[in-house]
Amino acid sequence: MAVEMAGEPAIETRDLTKVYGSGNTEVVAMRDANVLVRKGEVVALLGPSGSGKSTFLTAVGLINPPTSGQILIGDQLVMDGPQAQVNLRTFRRTQIGYVFQKSNLITFLNARENVQIAMELDGMPSRDARHRALELLGELGVADRAEHGVSMLSGGQQQRVAVARALANSPSVLLADEPTAALDSRLGRQVMELFRRVARDHGAGVIVVTHDQRTLDVFDAVYEMEDGRIHAQPADIGPPKNS
Amino acid sequence: MNLAIKDIRANLGRFTLTTLGIGMLLMIVMGMAGIYRGLVEDATLLVERIGADLWVVQKDTRGPFAEVSRVPRNLVHRVTTVPGVATAREFVFHTIQRQHLGKPLRISLLGLSWPQDKGEWLPLIAGRPIGQSRFELVADKSLGLTLGEELKLGKDTYTVVGITTGMLSTGGDGMAFTTVWDAQVIQFDAPSEAIRLERAARDQRGQTSEVFLREPALSERMGLPATELAAVPVPALSAVVVRLLPHADSRQVEELIASWGDTSVFTREGQNDLLLQGMVDKARRQLGMFRALLTLIAAIIMALIIYTLTLDKLYSIALLKLIGAPNRVILGLILQQALLLGGLGYLLAYTLGLRLFPYFPRRVVLANEDLIQLAIVVVVISVVSSLLGIVKALRVQPNSVLMG
Ligand SMILES: Nc1ncnc2c1ncn2[C@@H]1O[C@H](COP(=O)(O)OP(=O)(O)O)[C@@H](O)[C@H]1O
Ligand SMILES: [Mg+2]
Repeated sequence: MAVEMAGEPAIETRDLTKVYGSGNTEVVAMRDANVLVRKGEVVALLGPSGSGKSTFLTAVGLINPPTSGQILIGDQLVMDGPQAQVNLRTFRRTQIGYVFQKSNLITFLNARENVQIAMELDGMPSRDARHRALELLGELGVADRAEHGVSMLSGGQQQRVAVARALANSPSVLLADEPTAALDSRLGRQVMELFRRVARDHGAGVIVVTHDQRTLDVFDAVYEMEDGRIHAQPADIGPPKNS
Repeated sequence: MNLAIKDIRANLGRFTLTTLGIGMLLMIVMGMAGIYRGLVEDATLLVERIGADLWVVQKDTRGPFAEVSRVPRNLVHRVTTVPGVATAREFVFHTIQRQHLGKPLRISLLGLSWPQDKGEWLPLIAGRPIGQSRFELVADKSLGLTLGEELKLGKDTYTVVGITTGMLSTGGDGMAFTTVWDAQVIQFDAPSEAIRLERAARDQRGQTSEVFLREPALSERMGLPATELAAVPVPALSAVVVRLLPHADSRQVEELIASWGDTSVFTREGQNDLLLQGMVDKARRQLGMFRALLTLIAAIIMALIIYTLTLDKLYSIALLKLIGAPNRVILGLILQQALLLGGLGYLLAYTLGLRLFPYFPRRVVLANEDLIQLAIVVVVISVVSSLLGIVKALRVQPNSVLMG
């Protein structure tokens, strides 16, 4: 399956621009961003703080509508300027997985339930969802924390639960904003490898915002952002390494 | 996975306390409906128990329970002759207040027309009905009298031979039952001096009244108690109660008796309606007002707690939206919590009420009708009280998770 899909576009943005505020407080956080991520690809997004990485990621994640420009997921146009072309809530639930910088778990659920709910919302029977949630937590090495409340988990553990939830619905787009910041390098690498596997097995397109220069070797492409503008690092552009 | 339950689990203490509070409020609301029912039942109990088809009372009065009604004794015989009447009986009813063991004791005294009526229809829990024509008394439990106790009323002493339960007059006073004769003796008991004066006054009237001039023999009977005088008696009965023959035309009988000029007639329903309008209506409105207020307070408390519970998990709600939870999931989460709060509160109110209401000073009657009505009200206030939280939750933007 992965082989057939490789090469087709997973995520494509065209002249994506985001302006926050207006008048005196106007901030152009992103200007004419053009990015293409193919199915099976894992790309990195680098850049200094305030350069617009999160703005880009949340736009592509369909939670922060762009001021202008287009977003295509697969071959479907989903955002045309600030106008949604599909039901965003449904699209997010079925197609997109997120891991964000700071912990983003539902506080009144325990670790296992946080993963399970993503699948149940997508219509998976409770029993199957529970089984799969435990499986995913196992892969991320936090199976023994499955029944712990969110507040009982360390930052690294919370991040791994968030990764498990992002992977739960086998998304076609996986977006991660500094997912390894709270993890030690061994775990960080392990998470990156999981991302790779999702890309390969499901033909997902993966974008990871990172500061960690040491892990750049696992990416198929590296984009760099500066003052709201995105450019690819030429050396790293090429066909997906693992397909 | 039920998100509403999961969130409650995480806020168990707060939720439990609120449920307790709501439950107690609802219990009072429930109890107030029950107190009103009790009032109505107490008010109409006697009329229902006596089971008369028609009540014949003094012209233009509203019957023995609502005000003083006086009809002459011979009315019984007049009524008996009306076609369609099966039986007509004397009815004497009045309330007295005496000192008993140093405390005021209010008794609503009902005369039974001995020997046809010995009080077999009374709900006795101890003792027996009236067994002789005088000096015996059946008392309600609520009067606090004991079986065999002797009670001095007027110049005579009465023995408590039976105890009833739940026999209260419209005013909530405990009832006692004697023969009509005794009831009248107690009612018209007067100090000796008053009797002497009354006899002198009668003699005076006798000197001038044409009746006595034409029949001097009559004046010899002037010394008898007022109630035994045939020609110049004080009207001595409160009312005459009538039972109709089966298939008799109630309307016709009613109209005939009412046409007599000294009587008014009520059906049983008419008598009940009068009682309810006169005595219970104000109480109903008062209790109704309290119920409405308490229901409102319960709704406000519910709204407040649902709102704060929602505020506390706004982040999680935004996150749920972020991972694509449809609005109905979020709406369901809040609505279910409100309904659960209301439902548990209601259950608590009911179970607590069943235990506590028997200790209330007045009777509390939980009618199914009222219980169902309150249940519907609880559902409505649960829904309404969750609106504030729902609006807040539906407004929160999914990307608010990523800010700050
Ligand atoms: N909600 C917002 N309102 C106004 N300005 C914002 C908002 N979010 C981000 N910005 C601004 O947009 C620019 C890009 O921010 P961001 O995308 O968070 O960059 P990065 O993730 O690379 O640090 C910054 O100047 C930031 O201050
Ligand atoms: Mg950022």
